Amino acid sequence: MVVKSFRSTNRMVKWIPLILLAVFLLVMLMPFILVTINAIKTEPEFAQFGPLSLPHSINLTSLENFWARADFSRALFNSTFISLSVAILAAILSLLNAFSLGIGKVKGRAWLLVFFLMANFLPQEALAYPLYYFAKYLHIYDTPYAVILVLTVIQSAFGTYLLSSVFSSFPREILEAAMMDGANKMNLLWDIVTPLSLPTLSVLFVFFFIWTWNEFFLPLILLPSNTNMTVPLALAINQGQYGVNITAQSASGLLGILPCFIFFLIFQRTLTKGITAGGIK
Amino acid sequence: MKQKTSSLDKGYVVFLIPGIIAFLVIIIIPFLTNIGISFTKWGGVRPPVWIGLSNYQRLIGDSVFWLSFKNNLILLLAMTVIPTILGLLLATFLFDYISNNFGQGVSSFFRAGFYLPQILPSAVIGIVWAWILQPDWGVVNFVLKGIGLSSLAHDWLGDPSTALFAVMFVLVWFQIGYPIVIFMAALQRVDPELLEAASIDGASWFQKFWYITIHLIQPEILVVVLTTTIYTLKIFGQVYVLTRGGPGNATSVPSYYAYKQFFETQQVGYGSTVSLAMAIIIILLTVLFINIQSRRENAESA
Repeated sequence: MVVKSFRSTNRMVKWIPLILLAVFLLVMLMPFILVTINAIKTEPEFAQFGPLSLPHSINLTSLENFWARADFSRALFNSTFISLSVAILAAILSLLNAFSLGIGKVKGRAWLLVFFLMANFLPQEALAYPLYYFAKYLHIYDTPYAVILVLTVIQSAFGTYLLSSVFSSFPREILEAAMMDGANKMNLLWDIVTPLSLPTLSVLFVFFFIWTWNEFFLPLILLPSNTNMTVPLALAINQGQYGVNITAQSASGLLGILPCFIFFLIFQRTLTKGITAGGIK
Repeated sequence: MKQKTSSLDKGYVVFLIPGIIAFLVIIIIPFLTNIGISFTKWGGVRPPVWIGLSNYQRLIGDSVFWLSFKNNLILLLAMTVIPTILGLLLATFLFDYISNNFGQGVSSFFRAGFYLPQILPSAVIGIVWAWILQPDWGVVNFVLKGIGLSSLAHDWLGDPSTALFAVMFVLVWFQIGYPIVIFMAALQRVDPELLEAASIDGASWFQKFWYITIHLIQPEILVVVLTTTIYTLKIFGQVYVLTRGGPGNATSVPSYYAYKQFFETQQVGYGSTVSLAMAIIIILLTVLFINIQSRRENAESA
């Protein structure tokens, strides 16, 4: 009897930390919940019941209005085009760099790696004005190509650093055997190294895509016109114009969250793998 | 056959050519140009005028720059110090307690939940929190009024005395998931037998945490501290959307201050000086980081 009741209180006590943690998580996720429930409310409903009440019905007017005014379809297209291009190009560039630095021990590779890491860490504003000026000079200012070019190089700096360290432990026997069979460097890269490093490359691809999607500073200075804006830019620029319209602002927040949330659901495993493998920020 | 192994190590330079050219054009030349501009007075249109070290003299005496730099250091609390400590505690709790009592699935669920803010663009974080902290109808003030604490309701981002704290609060919210994910992976390396042995010897939970766990996951702590520090020194989007550095310069940071010089007041020369100063600090931190890491790797392999 005594033992039994001790056990049941023990079992209850066991749950208390879990419940506290769940409450903490709920508070952490509150911004997501609040933005969602208020984006689908009508304005009178918000005025009457405030931000905490659950919506009585799903009303998409605010979302539709904001979508139209921020030209969100256009922004989604721009962001997708830029992010996909950067992810593909930066993965290729990282692979080429890492092939010569990680597989072939090119002279001065330690210094080159430090250099690549630094290029990734460098504050963008220390490159911003010359890049802005050159882009204007080359007539690629206010086109997606300027942003794609710059972000490809910045992302590949990190990719080169990570991939080179992965490649430095690449099994030499496989490469030696291929060379014996008469493979050249091009064969090594495409037939052996690339297929075997696809898991790492896919992690890089996902991160490059999301980083580029989330990028704010470079699109802000290189893509001024409405038709070329990316999603974060379109939302930030339109934010000020809806100072009074409460539900439109939460609609804009929700439209910003949704694509990232979808990426998160799709790529959750890849993301966790990547973060823990390379300390990716 | 004659050149099998010797050729394995040679002939790779050609693959580096696109990378080198791209880095030259996008990173090196702009960076060097930026250094050059920092010695000039330039509005961006007419030719720049060489003024030697004047911009640097101005930087040393510029109270707004130093205020921005001080703000940036205070933000380190929100981006590095608090998330690292809180992340360590939460990761240990998830790993030791939640995983053991409720299974891995539950602790993975919590990890994913805490990580969620990390996936948002900085601009979206700004939009969401500006909406929550809005003085008239924002949720925070709505709740305060609702529970009878109207006197505490406040223009959080608009009052110079609270703006920086409000920004810091948002940043902690954003940042906490990153150390949790890294530390939970690191904790898998900690040998449970070691902790058990320590328990048998009468070590308290805190002693085990301090002397075993922290000690063993030092490399990850270092990675978190340095990456978040560098990220903080580069912070721009959240400040741009939340406060534009205001009210006054209460939440200004160097990257935003440089942006203002470039694109708002057209003082390109001085903006270059500000951005160069930040670049040098970040380069020094990176060198320090690489040094510590290679020393550690050497110590491990020895």
